[in-house]
Amino acid sequence: MVSESIMLSCRALWKVFGPRPGYYFDTSGYRIDPEALVTRLRQEGHIPAVADATFDVRKGEIFVIMGLSGSGKSTLVRCLSRLLDIEHGVLEFEGRDLSRVSGRELTEIRRRKMGMVFQSFGLMPHLTALENVALPLKLQGMARAPREARARKMLELVELASREDALPAQLSGGQQQRVGIARSLAPDPELWFLDEPFSALDPLIRRQMQDEFLRLQRQLKKTIIFITHDIMEACRLADRIALMQGGRIIQIGTPADILLKPADDYVASFTAEVALSRAIRVRDLAQPGAAEGPPVAPEALLETLLADLASGRQRFPVQGQPGQVLEADAVLAVLRRDAGGG
Amino acid sequence: MARFSRSERLWAVLLAVSALMVVLAHQMPVLRGFPTALTLPLSEALNAVITPVFEALRPIGRLLSTMIEAPLAAIRAGLAWAPWPATVLGLAMLALYAGGRRLAVFALLALGVVALMGYWPKAMNTLALVLISVPLAVGIGFALGALGHLVPKARAGLIFLLDVMQTWPAFGYLIPLLLMFGFGPAAGLAASVIFSIPPMVRNTMLGLDEVPPAIVESALMAGARPGQLFWQAKVPVAMPQLMVGVNQTTMASLSMVIIIAIIGGFNDIGWEVLSAMRAAELGRSLGAGLVIVLIAVLLDRITRGFAGRRRGVAPRWLGPGLMAALVLALLLPGEALLPDEEGQRWLRRLDAWLLGFVAWSAPVFAVLRNAITYGVMLPMRLGFSGAASPMVWGFALSAPVTLTYIAVSLGGVVALGCRAPWRGIGFGFAALVFWTGLPGFPWPGVFLLMGFATWRAGGAGLFALAMGALLLAGVSGLWQPMMQSIYLCAVAVLISFAIGATLGVIAAESDRFSALLRPVSDTLQTMPQFVFLIPALMLFRVGEFTALIAIVLYAVVPPIRYVEHGLRSARADLTEAAVQMGATPWQLLWQVKLPLARGSVRLGLNQTIMAALSMLVIAALVGTRELGQQVYVALSRADAGAGLIAGAVIAAIALVADRLLRAPVA
Ligand SMILES: Nc1ncnc2c1ncn2[C@@H]1O[C@H](COP(=O)(O)OP(=O)(O)OP(=O)(O)O)[C@@H](O)[C@H]1O
Ligand SMILES: [Mg+2]
Repeated sequence: MVSESIMLSCRALWKVFGPRPGYYFDTSGYRIDPEALVTRLRQEGHIPAVADATFDVRKGEIFVIMGLSGSGKSTLVRCLSRLLDIEHGVLEFEGRDLSRVSGRELTEIRRRKMGMVFQSFGLMPHLTALENVALPLKLQGMARAPREARARKMLELVELASREDALPAQLSGGQQQRVGIARSLAPDPELWFLDEPFSALDPLIRRQMQDEFLRLQRQLKKTIIFITHDIMEACRLADRIALMQGGRIIQIGTPADILLKPADDYVASFTAEVALSRAIRVRDLAQPGAAEGPPVAPEALLETLLADLASGRQRFPVQGQPGQVLEADAVLAVLRRDAGGG
Repeated sequence: MARFSRSERLWAVLLAVSALMVVLAHQMPVLRGFPTALTLPLSEALNAVITPVFEALRPIGRLLSTMIEAPLAAIRAGLAWAPWPATVLGLAMLALYAGGRRLAVFALLALGVVALMGYWPKAMNTLALVLISVPLAVGIGFALGALGHLVPKARAGLIFLLDVMQTWPAFGYLIPLLLMFGFGPAAGLAASVIFSIPPMVRNTMLGLDEVPPAIVESALMAGARPGQLFWQAKVPVAMPQLMVGVNQTTMASLSMVIIIAIIGGFNDIGWEVLSAMRAAELGRSLGAGLVIVLIAVLLDRITRGFAGRRRGVAPRWLGPGLMAALVLALLLPGEALLPDEEGQRWLRRLDAWLLGFVAWSAPVFAVLRNAITYGVMLPMRLGFSGAASPMVWGFALSAPVTLTYIAVSLGGVVALGCRAPWRGIGFGFAALVFWTGLPGFPWPGVFLLMGFATWRAGGAGLFALAMGALLLAGVSGLWQPMMQSIYLCAVAVLISFAIGATLGVIAAESDRFSALLRPVSDTLQTMPQFVFLIPALMLFRVGEFTALIAIVLYAVVPPIRYVEHGLRSARADLTEAAVQMGATPWQLLWQVKLPLARGSVRLGLNQTIMAALSMLVIAALVGTRELGQQVYVALSRADAGAGLIAGAVIAAIALVADRLLRAPVA
């Protein structure tokens, strides 16, 4: 379902907070070592919130940006949506240079192609749930009847149709975030930003919302940039993960890459707590070969195989992928790492 | 021996210099008052500039005043045409919409009383003025506030402008306005608009600034253009704060509209109070004062009701009530319905009774007056050296008395200074001031101390402001009135703060007392300043003491509020820790809670001073000898320059006092 065409691409992106961030980037052909520039910026009282970020996001992919608090995730995503101006770098959206579009064009792109969900919801306190969801359409100038019909459909999608007349203050945190999700989806965007959408929610609701999010995504097939500081959440949702530390992206890869081949000790310590059997999937360990017996789904988690492993099976054919098998030894190696405390 | 810090050493030197000056001043009169040789005819010079300028502005003024007067006339005519039962019902429905059933009942009763007492047309005239001035002030204030929000660079200038607008007494700029607009309601309205803009600006900036970033970002991501962002996201989210601004602007406007009645010509309720007071008709002035209070409370509750209203719930009775009001308005004849003179006659009958009460209670209040006059006011004004005379305290300032005073002062300075240098220095200054009296303190000393304090607390800007104000006062011959203002204000602040803080402490300890006190201070705070003159004047007749009482009545609320708030919000874990250590309630209050509440107490003191200064000018109406009186005299002589100068000095004193008290303690 992830296609090869690129929706959003950024090269050597910088965002610096401080007294005079522009000073460091005024020459167009900047070519110094990012590491050295970061050190210099810090020494001179600036915060390099995003330093030299380079990555592509493919159409239909869930791209998760992960990192500890203050690592620059929100800043990065605000640069991508141009809520913040970047200091340096190239930012392309569907092949257009986003850092150079005019204010009016930018508004147009946001209206038609981008949606965003905020950690602190950002609902208008004076509007009902329905009006909140209809707001982006209202701003576009859509007439009342069609926009309310569309907003109602969005509320149904997030299963909140019964509360359409409630004000945000009358809704629970999870319900408010569902309204936020419905609102960001109302104009049917192609690129969907979610900045820690579930962090303000308690663990049970969070889990429920994650499931709902995956269900929605199976239905809608958006391109998604999702921010979280929770590695488990990242592993559950991501096609690919970008891990940030102090403004820099230190590793990009699939959840299995990050978990099994951490780029450095920082990444390794980050993932140490994760129970691999609950994060690694069949497809991550599949290798060429042939096997008999009932097949396993490629996206199944390893923990679902425990019963079969206990019964002594050695090989599992992968469903829908002839010529691919899962070796029990590979699974056992992962389980051993879990047991060894990482 | 305690060690001196750098600033303590400096203050000690200043103390010594001041003491030297005080001693020298007994030989050299030049040191006592600002030398008359140094005064310049500033107000004449200013008049020579102002008069032609504002007369040149007259065409604009006339245009503006016709623009204001047309809607004003329309509103007045409308209010005069509508039969009062219809208006009462209509306003009650508004109250119902804004604040619910209880407010509606209050509106019915309050307005009914106004009508029955025979003040209806005058009250409606006042209301018409408010109805014109509030939308203007709200509109301009909102625009300025939005400007301050959208253009951060304009902000510092804007805030200074607001401070000046709020502290510059309106009487001080009334004459230029009269020059520009000519006699009539327009000048008064302009003054009232100028005075009531600042709260709207401040609340607009606050409300817009505090819109959460997530809301702004989500609006942007929803595709809002700049205009849409402002009108569809920021303004609605800031609406509760904007309504707080509308409430404060309305109250300021009402207060000013009533005071401005002093220029006359507009048969409103302020004029009614003024003429009743001049004629010494106690019943009528009390009645008119009550009308003002009722209108003020009603306007306050209605506008506040709008600020706290939840959207979309229209009370059931609203529709039928409005219909009934309309039907009444169309069916009943207008003015013929007004109650006859019965209410007024009744109030006149009250006169005799009130006079009797005043005569009967005079001895009690005389004790109070004498105690405060001889115990606080005279010593503060004349100082020990002046008050120690057979006429005042019954003993003369003989050599042994003087020597004793010096010995006690020196002893106090040394004894306290050994424990903590600050206390010794503070005691020393108190002893000096108590010796000379505030107005008699040597003028170079005032320059020196103020200069030093403002420089340390606020840097060059504040220093320049303070020195400029002192120089202006001295050069224009207002040194004595200025020192008198400071003295009267200091006495009033001392008394208000002592009473208010005590009440605040009790209220913080006792929930029941707090609940009793709250509606009282709420009402006191919504009352237009003018009203405070009425009881003070009734009980004490004209004079400085009456002015003092009026100021204290007005300025007593802020300390109650802030002290109670500060004490109540002292962190529970710290007080618990102190109790656990075995602190008695008294120790807990003095050693834990009050120090914790220091910020709040300081803010309360600041607000007390601001309230006292703003009341000073109004209290001058009952006879004082300070700057407020100068403003008032200038107004009656139509001397624009003198009014502006005296007003500027008052504004500068207020600004300096405010900044000094807000600066972090050295
Ligand atoms: N407007 C700003 N001005 C100055 N510094 C800022 C600003 N916004 C963010 N920063 C700084 O940039 C860095 C990155 O902040 P950012 O909000 O992107 O972190 P984050 O990874 O989203 O953290 P969290 O998980 O807490 O949301 C932080 O050090 C922060 O203090
Ligand atoms: Mg963040």
